[in-house]
Amino acid sequence: MSPRVRFWGGLAIAAALLFGVAPALLSDFRLNLLAKFCCLAMVAVGIGLAWGRGGMLVLGQGVFFGLGGYIMAMHLKLSDAGPGGVPDFMLLYGDGTVPGWWEPFRDPVVTVLAILVLPALVATLLGLAVFKRRVRGAYFAILSQALAAAFAILLVGQQKVTGGTNGLNGFQSFFGFTLSDPVNKRMLYFIAAGVLLLMVLTVRLIMGSRYGELLVAVRDQENRVRFLGYDPAVVKTVAYAVAACFAAIGGALFTPVVGIISPADVGVVPSIAFLVGVAIGGRATLLGPVLGAIGVSWAETSLSESFPSFWIYFQGALFILVVAFLPNGLATVGRFFRRRRAEPADPVAPEPEPALETSGKAS
Amino acid sequence: MSFAFPAPVRIRPTARPQRKASPLTRFSTRALALPAAALAVALGVAGCGARTSDDPADAGTAASASCVDTSGDTVKIGFLNSLSGTMAISEQTVRDSLDLAAEEINADGGVLGKQLEIVAEDGASEPSVFAEKAEKLISSDCVAAVFGGWTSSSRKAMLPVFEAKDSLLFYPVQYEGLEASPNIFYTGATTNQQILPGMEYLKEQGKSKIFLVGSDYVFPRTANKEIVAWAGANDVEIVGEEYAPLGHTDFATIVNKLKGSGADAVFNTLNGDSNVAFFKEYKNVGLAAETLPVVSVSIAEEEVGGIGIDNIVGQLTAWNYYQTVESPENETFVAAFKAKFGEDRVTSDPMEAAYTSLYLWKGMVEKAESFEVAAIQEAADGVTFEAPEGTVTVNGDNHHIAKTALIGKIGPDGLIYTEWSSDGPIEPDPFLEGYDWAEGLS
Repeated sequence: MSPRVRFWGGLAIAAALLFGVAPALLSDFRLNLLAKFCCLAMVAVGIGLAWGRGGMLVLGQGVFFGLGGYIMAMHLKLSDAGPGGVPDFMLLYGDGTVPGWWEPFRDPVVTVLAILVLPALVATLLGLAVFKRRVRGAYFAILSQALAAAFAILLVGQQKVTGGTNGLNGFQSFFGFTLSDPVNKRMLYFIAAGVLLLMVLTVRLIMGSRYGELLVAVRDQENRVRFLGYDPAVVKTVAYAVAACFAAIGGALFTPVVGIISPADVGVVPSIAFLVGVAIGGRATLLGPVLGAIGVSWAETSLSESFPSFWIYFQGALFILVVAFLPNGLATVGRFFRRRRAEPADPVAPEPEPALETSGKAS
Repeated sequence: MSFAFPAPVRIRPTARPQRKASPLTRFSTRALALPAAALAVALGVAGCGARTSDDPADAGTAASASCVDTSGDTVKIGFLNSLSGTMAISEQTVRDSLDLAAEEINADGGVLGKQLEIVAEDGASEPSVFAEKAEKLISSDCVAAVFGGWTSSSRKAMLPVFEAKDSLLFYPVQYEGLEASPNIFYTGATTNQQILPGMEYLKEQGKSKIFLVGSDYVFPRTANKEIVAWAGANDVEIVGEEYAPLGHTDFATIVNKLKGSGADAVFNTLNGDSNVAFFKEYKNVGLAAETLPVVSVSIAEEEVGGIGIDNIVGQLTAWNYYQTVESPENETFVAAFKAKFGEDRVTSDPMEAAYTSLYLWKGMVEKAESFEVAAIQEAADGVTFEAPEGTVTVNGDNHHIAKTALIGKIGPDGLIYTEWSSDGPIEPDPFLEGYDWAEGLS
């Protein structure tokens, strides 16, 4: 099977499962859970690009997930409050006035644009500042994690405008659709599943492009790429910004699907959890991060339902097994067996076709 | 509807000579067609549900069709506490006392002749997990009521779920007030049953300069806002208000500020590990309970051992129940708990409130002669229970319960002994409507 056939086959199966089988078989509650997993998988797709292909250990994706989620939540709170209204928690904990920087998010168009642009912009500025100084490896990982911790602490401290540890919750409607109606919840699921597939396709396009090859080159031999005349900082920043944008969209859809966004969803622990799913699924593969994120979340939910007291040990054992026997993730299980049978292949090069053209600027 | 999706980025839109190896040229149309078509079909199939302008009654009935099955000789109820994560150490104790109550009720013939069947879930110390599991308990397991939650954020996360599904939650922990949902029964104290009595006790003792220290989250910030308003009307001066992030363990700065502030008492809303560090530092700089007492509202019997009895002996707490409360009901409760879970275990206020909540639900169901939510809400007012803490009564308007406030002193044996008690149960007033100084707080 060529990689191309595998990819399209895999995508067709995924689409059939997400749009056909799942809605037909799952109850409204389970479907909503799947929508939540899809939102988490969106973050994973971005991490797969930045970490798997770009080699940047992004330990702070919770920041971008949170930015998207909070922007959406602010809009939902404001639209629930009605024109000129004040969200309920501000009446309880604040001084009963809406701060100026909240006001733009009354507008749905501004909100959607902000979700798409703002986190990507933050990532671009941060990426340029960090990568231009050639901060790499563990230093970058520590920096991104510190950012996630700082972001969560900031949210907790500003209770009057962010809801503090409670976060933002109790949304009534989503762009005019009542959220308590199961039909609208179903619609949200289809949106989440559709967006997830679009993201996978986007990453596929990026991976197959010359930019994608350049990104892998930067991951494997940054200095050689620099000597060839490219600026690795720009190459990495683009991948980082795309990952941030995906995480923000995931967060923005997570908010109405789950009905709450709080500092517990954006801090250090969830940031690491995003990474764990990607690592288990297979970080350098295209569908691995998606399957990993959905699989880990699903396992977490079903194990905790069956064994509420000690599910966490099962989960730990699963992680150890995967890391010990499949260091490149579950997506490489087929390759693992093929390699046993036939000649050894590079585990992180799913596109064996050589780049025929290497001119042009990256980004 | 107008959801704008970003089109997949075409990295190189310009035409290139046909070449087999270009993944882009063979891509574009098919790449977009599949998900776009799928999305279009899906949205078409999904249609659109109620808009906010539609008749809310329709949406309501669609969402709240109850699936609770009471035809057999059992009835399902849900226990939802954190059994993993940072809150597990506290919430496990609540789960234990809920299990005890369920066991007792089943041994006594159940509720309306039906045995209780427990569906247990782990909230994992995360608000979004609490929301998810609450929905699972209501929609998939069809439980008649859910018992659990601890942090305010977990309650706030569950509240919309219980309201949308029109089900019942019994919440057993003291909290910051300013809430009353028809779908939640609050069996812990609200502010006028714990925090205000604590302040009034200090005032009675002649303390007039209070220092506030708390963890940085919703409960301390809201409680302190109310304390500041109360102090303004009671000639008490607040000489400092400091917050430490949850889990913070370096209290040198805060304790030094406290020492230099001229305060004659401290009101402490710190949570968890921070208390260990705070009281150690407090002792290090030479402060003592006799001259500068600390009233804590998050330290119960369960926490005293962890902080170290030496560090905290003689300090004050404000609660509605202590293990040492003298009543036949409490003797039975403590003995039963120790028999089931071990002699070394202690009982605390949230555990007692959880135990009480199950019996209150039983009382409501039996008064209503029905497991239906509407019937229970109707019957709730005036339901009483001879709880270990004393007689408690449900207030049908705000779904809180009347409780007696107890100020306690931590003894050398690690137990807490009542120093002062309010004149009988205090009516719950979550929005502090009965207090002039509280105007404008909510």
